[in-house]
Amino acid sequence: MSETCDGAVLAAPLFDYTLRLADTALILGHRLSEWIGHAPVLEEELALGNIALDLIGEARALYSYAGAVEGKGRDEDALAYRRDAGGFRNLLLVEQPNGDFAATIVRQFLFSAFAQPFWRRLAASRDATLAAIAAKSEKEAAYHLRHAGEWLIRLGDGTEESHRRAQTALDELWPYTGELFERDAVEDALIAAGITVDPETLRPEWQKTVAAVLSEATLAAPERAWMQSGGRSGRHSEHLGHLLATMQFLQRAYPGATW
Amino acid sequence: MNAAGLRERALEAAARVFDPEIPVLTIGDLGVLRDVRVVGDTVEIDITPTYSGCPAMRVIELDLDTALRAAGIAKFRISTVLSPAWTTDWLSPEGRRKLAEFGIAPPAGQTSRRALFASESVRCPRCGSAETERLAEFGSTACKALYRCRSCAEPFDYFKCH
Repeated sequence: MSETCDGAVLAAPLFDYTLRLADTALILGHRLSEWIGHAPVLEEELALGNIALDLIGEARALYSYAGAVEGKGRDEDALAYRRDAGGFRNLLLVEQPNGDFAATIVRQFLFSAFAQPFWRRLAASRDATLAAIAAKSEKEAAYHLRHAGEWLIRLGDGTEESHRRAQTALDELWPYTGELFERDAVEDALIAAGITVDPETLRPEWQKTVAAVLSEATLAAPERAWMQSGGRSGRHSEHLGHLLATMQFLQRAYPGATW
Repeated sequence: MNAAGLRERALEAAARVFDPEIPVLTIGDLGVLRDVRVVGDTVEIDITPTYSGCPAMRVIELDLDTALRAAGIAKFRISTVLSPAWTTDWLSPEGRRKLAEFGIAPPAGQTSRRALFASESVRCPRCGSAETERLAEFGSTACKALYRCRSCAEPFDYFKCH
């Protein structure tokens, strides 16, 4: 349990917040795992599988903590497998389908460029458990960012076809980046308590990373201002339900199954 | 047995547990074994994962369980701790030597935050050449990257600086 969690006052936002982080890590991890057996080359098969493993590992730690904060006896499996789409609080960005390899890389890059500085700052959280998870996740996010960044440059600055695909993916996924920086009452309470950071303060570094890589990749960020929203409060695209149908099938068909 | 004796016996048993993915290293060499304490009549052992999703942790726990029982220790508790986060700086000098002998290049230097695309200079564990190139950022396990030596042409695993 959090050392700085002031009893019931912060337990509710801390649970909601931890669940958002956990859901985002799990859904992105699951999406990447869908590439297993389909990646363009063996090295990518291993890379995407390894990144998925990191994210699912992060999700497990976060779910266990969320369950402890909630105090209703729900463990990581209960939270991951026995909630429906409306209960999930992940960012819309991470539930978007894998699409082609360019779409997967753009999604990973836009997310990791945020995740690395985010975890670095969260490592200074007054909540000891979140700080520990963050310190670990930051190191992993650094590899994820480098991997996606290198690929994006190769795709954007590659052939006409790879450039076209990377630019299309960027145009399609860009409207989901606004949610990275959203803030509501859940964050307000935790920022005030020194448990998390204002996501808006992470925007300059994210923009700097994105601009540097896009420039080298000869890609252009869309100028559209409209941003999608809703994942963090349970309003999802139709894609999440299909993902959960696969991911949760076993626990739905055989509740409590273990092996 | 007194507490000090019990701790020593537990430590000896735990130190004999090998990493399932890198079978030349013990969990002590790797820095995965963090602490062995005796509280009352119970041995408490802390282990820490190298990477968040490391699938070897469950196997390490089971192997520890077996090793402690074989040493005649019945009351123990194994916990996974995340803080402080594992770093390759904890690899023992002995561990680094064993890694290289096994054909895995040990982490180059100390950990520090790198620039986005900074590259590391990695020596070939077979011929010692510094003329190597990275084939893939992610190798056979989360903690390794795949390299190739341009001098002897052999591919090899590199234990990533973390």
